Amino acid sequence: MSTRLRIGFIPLVDAAALIVAVDKGFCAAEGLDVELVREISWANVRDKLNIGMFDAAHILAPIAIASSLGIGHVKVPIVSAFGLGINGNAITVSPDLYAAIKAAADGDLLDPLVTARALARVIAERKQKALEPLTFGMTFPFSTHNYDLRFWMAAGGVDPDEDVRLVVLPPPFMVDSLANKHLDGFCVGAPWNSVAIDLGIGHVLHFTSELLQRVAEKLLAVRAPWAAENPDVMMALVRAHARAADYIEDLGNRDEVAALLTAPGRIEVTPELILRTLDGRMRVAPDGTVRPSDRYLLVGRDGAARPDPVQAAWFYAQMVRWGQAPLSNDLLAAAKAVFRPDLYDAALGPTAPPPVSEPADGIGAFTGPAFDPDDIAGYLAACRRPG
Amino acid sequence: MESPLKIVIVDESPVRAAILKDGLREAGVSQVIHLEATTNLLARVYEIDPDVILIDLENPSRDMLEQMFQVSRIVKRPVAMFVDQSDTASIQASVDAGVSAYIVDGLKKERMKHILDLCISRFNAFSKLQSELDRAKTALDDRKVIDRAKGILMKAKSLTEEQAYVMLRSAAMNEKKKIAEIAQSVITASEMLK
Repeated sequence: MSTRLRIGFIPLVDAAALIVAVDKGFCAAEGLDVELVREISWANVRDKLNIGMFDAAHILAPIAIASSLGIGHVKVPIVSAFGLGINGNAITVSPDLYAAIKAAADGDLLDPLVTARALARVIAERKQKALEPLTFGMTFPFSTHNYDLRFWMAAGGVDPDEDVRLVVLPPPFMVDSLANKHLDGFCVGAPWNSVAIDLGIGHVLHFTSELLQRVAEKLLAVRAPWAAENPDVMMALVRAHARAADYIEDLGNRDEVAALLTAPGRIEVTPELILRTLDGRMRVAPDGTVRPSDRYLLVGRDGAARPDPVQAAWFYAQMVRWGQAPLSNDLLAAAKAVFRPDLYDAALGPTAPPPVSEPADGIGAFTGPAFDPDDIAGYLAACRRPG
Repeated sequence: MESPLKIVIVDESPVRAAILKDGLREAGVSQVIHLEATTNLLARVYEIDPDVILIDLENPSRDMLEQMFQVSRIVKRPVAMFVDQSDTASIQASVDAGVSAYIVDGLKKERMKHILDLCISRFNAFSKLQSELDRAKTALDDRKVIDRAKGILMKAKSLTEEQAYVMLRSAAMNEKKKIAEIAQSVITASEMLK
């Protein structure tokens, strides 16, 4: 007897483990008959998961936390026993802004502190000339993209609420908006940065893994009561996804994985764009310059799939930092409870911990204090101190 | 007398928006503005300053509207999702119908309930209309195929139109298929034998 499940997803490369788990038959092997439903907005994914039209969903980690805390929307506790990816985003800017940052920079453009300070100078100059504020696109108020951009800007002395405009745009519209100058830059996941680069309308300034070495991106999320009522299905889901993540990380399978991900009804871009992302060989400039990275997107390697409550605490700290949530120990505990390594371990047994080369505080920010998941107030106070 | 409501409809289907607009007018809401394009959606919403925003769930702009809940200086009035914790039946019905609603704080719940119910029934009516249209189109296509097959049989076997139709129909009955399917095989076969 197989269990029928409906799982929602957004067509992005970090849905890879989910798509491979279903389309390669790993879910079926666990007795799960999964219908994948492609969605058009994060709000839809959240609502359909919350009201039970989806049993599980590919969702931005901060949305799962916001939903559990009841911020910005109806409060529905969500849990995740499997992380679909670590990192995977990049900041892309228009050729004009790239030139301006380059001119204002006093060091290596690969150094995020150099670019952030240069951005602050560009903004100061624009203010003097009474020009419109720069506009940056991101995908959702509760998104890694929003927090990545803000973290980078703030490090250079830019106030992301006062000095620039941060706007939500659906990823497919970001590229157009950069081309027609409605945007000066954006932070988004794969494949959209590559699409902009290939069209010759943008420069990748930073991979977000260069700002923050280890940030959870998407989760395989379910409602907390559903997880409690369906423990066997939860275990089966985790096992199927762990197999899929291992399969994706095996370099020998990459062509097959790219073919699965680009099939009709899935991501529908060219396999080459998918491979660039998975292999960490991203083009960063219209002239075809490639910047290799061994941590652009971690699908399952280096312990990436095991939910880490430190990550949840970091997201909650960002929500507090940017005025989305009040600071309280109860909310911090509720945020941490979204990430369930215990369920991951129950399904898979003991797994190898992240290698020692991974950041000691679990995050690895390029600047500022080490993250302390048990002292958000102290951490945020240290962030505010001029560095 | 309640204050006049201002409603914005964000929908990429002009027909559905018109159907909804009609319904809202009948319910006494005279200020209904339809926005289609994604460009500058938020700026236009702020400009119009509506009491209620209705958006179809197939619209990628929905995430942009979510930004309005954020603490931000550019928001003129706080806008909140209509559905509260107790109202799962309503949200289920609206998501099923494919519509979502946002309202400003302080709008009377009963009044909003009425509007949302109206929305749900109009959205459902629209999808019913859509599937009827699809069915009608299929029926029309079927008739064209059958007419062509009849013509082929009449010519090849010197039959009257009625005899050709009887032949198609009995073949369909024997093979437990639709007449249009048999007709399509006749057309395909005759093209291969050309």
